[in-house]
Amino acid sequence: MKAETLAQLNAERAARRPALVVTDMASGEQRLVKAKDIAADELSGELDRHLRMGKSGMVEVNGRKLFITVHAPTAKLVMIGAVHISQALAPMARALDYDVTVVDPRTAFASPERFPDIPLIAEWPDVALPQLNVDPYTAFVALTHDPKIDDPALTHALERKCFYIGALGSRKTHAKRIERLKQQGVSEPALARIHAPIGLAIGAVSPAEIAVAIMAEITATLRMPKDAAAAKVKEPA
Amino acid sequence: MLSRDDDILKIAEDWKKAGHGVALATVVETWGSAPRPTGSHLVINDEGTFLGSVSGGCVEGAVVTEALDVISSGQPKMLEFGVADETAWNVGLSCGGTIRVFVEKVGS
Repeated sequence: MKAETLAQLNAERAARRPALVVTDMASGEQRLVKAKDIAADELSGELDRHLRMGKSGMVEVNGRKLFITVHAPTAKLVMIGAVHISQALAPMARALDYDVTVVDPRTAFASPERFPDIPLIAEWPDVALPQLNVDPYTAFVALTHDPKIDDPALTHALERKCFYIGALGSRKTHAKRIERLKQQGVSEPALARIHAPIGLAIGAVSPAEIAVAIMAEITATLRMPKDAAAAKVKEPA
Repeated sequence: MLSRDDDILKIAEDWKKAGHGVALATVVETWGSAPRPTGSHLVINDEGTFLGSVSGGCVEGAVVTEALDVISSGQPKMLEFGVADETAWNVGLSCGGTIRVFVEKVGS
């Protein structure tokens, strides 16, 4: 690897932008592909698939063996609301290798006793979120049921282009939320990105089951081709 | 693989900047039960210091030796480790898998 390629790769990684390295196994020839250049690349299909799966691997193209090394940032999960579902969701997300943070201005909820070992920020979203570097490798869930807390948080998540944004609440609650956010100037395509009711339709009842539904939906969004993930989560219960 | 362990690439860059000869080893293919997934890295410098892992400890010693060769020659190498022959117990994978490791020099 050229020193220059390594420096560029490390710069992408430090900025939490995905990048792939393609190495020709016969010649040792090598190139770096940044996330923004994948679509126009001759290997776009293979690069997209490997990045989505977060899996490095060998591909054969025109008789050439090429090794694709995937460098994907560690995914983050930001939870708005230190509620019962969050208590089940936080350890689950950790087990799936997410960096987890819980935000809730209500100190009675955001207490270390309720969330042992989980980073907690007992602040309003406008104070808590800027320091969290919410980015496209972040999954974002709003679980408080309180528009004063959830709405500004969701607006921030949409601006930061989180790969997954979900909000707790029934269809009726969500319809009201859409109305409020529209009045604040959030565009329709942006609003359509919010998964609500949150989670895959698996008939979840308990907080832990709802956490499973949420984590499954996040995983589908991260791993499946965009169209397939959309079809999956739109399926009726 | 959500990359938790690849600060070693930053260390490779730092070693290079500090004037060390540096090699990068990457698991490029695995068969059977391999301890580390494809894409796993080991970085080695010309003093034989290494970081990361390509096998969870089974073959790192051999990879480091080959990497020192690669650092001096500049030519990349493909190494294969498995349990296919009797020498395997010296530098083999006790788990029964086979791995192929690409070793390249980090150039100037």
